[in-house]
Amino acid sequence: MTDLLSYPALPEIILAVGAMALLMQGAFSADNQETGAATGWLAIALLVLAGAVVAMQPPASATLFDNAFVTDRYTRFMKLLVLAGSAGALLLSFDSFARQQILKFEYAVLVLLSTVGMMMMVSANDLISLYIGLELQSLALYVVAAFRREHVRSSEAGLKYFVLGALSSGMLLYGASLIYGFSGSTSFPVIASVAKASNIGVIIGLVFLLVGLAFKVSAVPFHMWTPDVYEGAPTPVTAFFAAAPKVAAMALLVRVVTVAFPGVSPQWQQIIVFVAIASMLLGSFAAIGQTNIKRLMAYSSIGHVGFALVGLASNSTEGVQGVLIYMSIYLVMTLGTFACILAMRRKDEAIEEIEELSGLAQTNLPMAFALAMLMFSLAGIPPLAGFWGKFYVIAAAVKADLLTLAVIAVLASVVAAFYYIRIVLVMFVKEPKERFLNVEGKVGLVMALATLFVIGFIVYPGPIVEAAAAAAKSLRL
Amino acid sequence: MNISTLPILSTVTFLPLVGALFIAFLPQDAVRNARYVALWTTLVTFLVSLLIWVNFDKANPGFQFIEERAWLGPIKYKLGVDGISMLFVILTTFLMPLCILASWESIETRVKEYMIAFLVLETLMIGVFVALDMMLFYLFFEAGLIPMFIIIGVWGGKRRIYASFKFFLYTLLGSVLMLLAMMAMWWHAGTTDITVLLETNFPANMQWWLWLAFFASFAVKMPMWPVHTWLPDAHVEAPTAGSVILAGILLKMGGYGFLRFSMPMFPVASADLAPLVFALSVIAIVYTSLVALVQEDMKKLIAYSSVAHMGFVTMGIFTFTRQGVDGAIFQMLSHGLVSAALFLCVGVVYDRLHTREISAYGGLAERMPVYATVFMVFTMANVGLPGTSGFIGEFLTLLGAFRANTWVAFFATSGVILSAAYALYLYRRVVFGALEKPSLKALADMNAREIFVLAPLVILTILFGFYPAPILDVTAASVQKLVTNYETAVRKAEIEREGQPRFKLALDKWEAAR
Repeated sequence: MTDLLSYPALPEIILAVGAMALLMQGAFSADNQETGAATGWLAIALLVLAGAVVAMQPPASATLFDNAFVTDRYTRFMKLLVLAGSAGALLLSFDSFARQQILKFEYAVLVLLSTVGMMMMVSANDLISLYIGLELQSLALYVVAAFRREHVRSSEAGLKYFVLGALSSGMLLYGASLIYGFSGSTSFPVIASVAKASNIGVIIGLVFLLVGLAFKVSAVPFHMWTPDVYEGAPTPVTAFFAAAPKVAAMALLVRVVTVAFPGVSPQWQQIIVFVAIASMLLGSFAAIGQTNIKRLMAYSSIGHVGFALVGLASNSTEGVQGVLIYMSIYLVMTLGTFACILAMRRKDEAIEEIEELSGLAQTNLPMAFALAMLMFSLAGIPPLAGFWGKFYVIAAAVKADLLTLAVIAVLASVVAAFYYIRIVLVMFVKEPKERFLNVEGKVGLVMALATLFVIGFIVYPGPIVEAAAAAAKSLRL
Repeated sequence: MNISTLPILSTVTFLPLVGALFIAFLPQDAVRNARYVALWTTLVTFLVSLLIWVNFDKANPGFQFIEERAWLGPIKYKLGVDGISMLFVILTTFLMPLCILASWESIETRVKEYMIAFLVLETLMIGVFVALDMMLFYLFFEAGLIPMFIIIGVWGGKRRIYASFKFFLYTLLGSVLMLLAMMAMWWHAGTTDITVLLETNFPANMQWWLWLAFFASFAVKMPMWPVHTWLPDAHVEAPTAGSVILAGILLKMGGYGFLRFSMPMFPVASADLAPLVFALSVIAIVYTSLVALVQEDMKKLIAYSSVAHMGFVTMGIFTFTRQGVDGAIFQMLSHGLVSAALFLCVGVVYDRLHTREISAYGGLAERMPVYATVFMVFTMANVGLPGTSGFIGEFLTLLGAFRANTWVAFFATSGVILSAAYALYLYRRVVFGALEKPSLKALADMNAREIFVLAPLVILTILFGFYPAPILDVTAASVQKLVTNYETAVRKAEIEREGQPRFKLALDKWEAAR
């Protein structure tokens, strides 16, 4: 039993086999909402099971498939995040899909497959496993973006995401082939041994690889798809997009640059610094003019990726620890905020305009309080959780003497605070509009848990901070 | 049972939060209960905080009532007070019950949330003064923005949205730069413990950057000219109790920060940059006093006078003399009482007529004799008339300034005259003259609740004016230590770099001549 448990790819196998089984079961059941709901719950159970396995696996580093697949404390941390993100997003989907008559079993299966891809990305230690994981994840995401297929915006989102995603995959593959050509291997440790500043081919390959990954984390200048896809996709799908895939892509990005390219760190640091600054500034300024809350969250997520990259730019254990803490907190805040967005509905019609939140504090105080806390947290106001994410990444940048980057980061956070607190003001100050319908149980649960997390983080921050520190150490920077 | 073994500081800090949680679980329509719970919570907090004063060892210049707990790696949960911070805690707990009472009738909408916001704010304000860990200080310092933002935004006047935005973003902008400096200090010293950082010598060029970053935050909070513009807006739009807290306590955090961080931790940079602070302080004193003269809005006038009075505080601190620093602390405490009282006085008439326009009033003495008397006391205290607490603070800071730089003292003294001009001009227009306006004919004088709120402030203002010893005795030892440490550090730095800052020379010459 312990032997089986210590098999590194066990969680992935559970999810992959489980997804197949659910697919079969769904295909041979009646095509109705009940099948969809049952599949959804089974998928959540599978995700929880996989999470339990990940948590119980021995923390020591282990490799598989000729060094292409690695598990250590770092992958464990990231996989738990990914699984939590997927499970949370699934939980948010039931009621909304049921109302639109699209609660189909395929959604849960696709989310599971995409999660397998993400776990593969997190564990990738080879360019080939990197690409396989990335594509498995992306293909499933393209489909779910267009999940509301009779809806023009949703189809457009899926198509846009697919075309641009294919482009980025092409770039990534081109970079990977260059790296293979100039280093003679696809394995990260071997690449690391030949990646030197003098090996110009590898560096060019690295640039293309980074372009592909920047697309996946939606960092500027490869962010263009984000606002449209976020707005067009059904809201539960957007919640899923904004949470788990971002974490997985960030995990992959961190591992690639720190494990495969430590020899050219000044080169990639420059790129990351630029991308981080551009993302933070665009995320802060472009969001100011948004009136649709989903588009606003898209720009907000671009900005947050920029902040997380500040930690990576410092190329240190503290920096990676910061990225891990940032992504965990970001994941929770995102799910909580999208739960609030899902709760904005009147007469079975989903509302997405920020103005419609007017006076929410008078019509539904608990929800207004939850959203206000999440907004303050996203803005990074202490003592809420969001502050600590920013604190750790910026502190790492200060330690690495990246002072310009640190100053731009804090100033961007002040600009971003403007549009977050504007939402709070709209809810608390303006005259109330018509009430929203009552919050559904599952959505309310996610909202309440996320709010408790952002407020309670300060009381007991130890577990996440320490686990992130241990995870960061296992990358041996 | 020995009081020093109890976690008394944690109790005082978190008691209001407990009250807030209690109110949160009251039914939505229990408005009266919410008021009473808030009042009793703040009163009990005040009484408990008095225990700190009673048991405070005045001879000990170091930190007392220390509580320490591991929390987050190098960041500790560490509390403690010394002679500089202790009285600010008492000031906070003292003003809070008055604020609750002042909002008793004037706040009618969303009373529960209002009381919760105030109690949370109290916890955060006390936390700022008792935190002995830099990050803990920052947390309390910044977190206070959230409830204050909500208080101005929800219960404020017509332009409350603009005012609350301005307040929030201005303060946040200053604070994030301070956060960067704190991170740099953390990596340099390896700790965020304030007691250790006080002993750490930062390299001189690093001190400059750190000092400037902290200055960005404290100057906005203080507020100093030219970053004071958020204050009049925030004051005008905030509800009365919000103005009281803003003027009475939040502004003091800037001055406290200078005394806790800038001066002792970056003495060399403080000495080098003192002329900058002097210049800004003098401009604040003279310029904002002139601006106050032409205000049409009572609250705005008092807000500008607050900026001018804070100019005395920064000037006093950066004289680095015992008189100056003592005077600065005294001035802050006295201003905490006087400006709070002035805003309460405005609140009294605002509740009746719902306007703050000075021209809407006149001849109130006829209908409201008690009010006229009380307002007179605080006007005089604001001017700095001997016999009121305002005098002691201004006098001591000017004394210190005279030792440091005669010109600074000269211009600052002119500010005293100007303050008499705007304060008396305000008083004449509101209280004296003929009672002509029909809207004023039916005015009732202050009721028992209002008298009860203002009476303790009257007593303390006059008491400390005649007998400042209770305050100066508490601060003496800590200030002595602060100034001595500062002088030792600066002397050492001067010897190291041979050249001497000019103003320091003047001070040495003065001492030699004496």
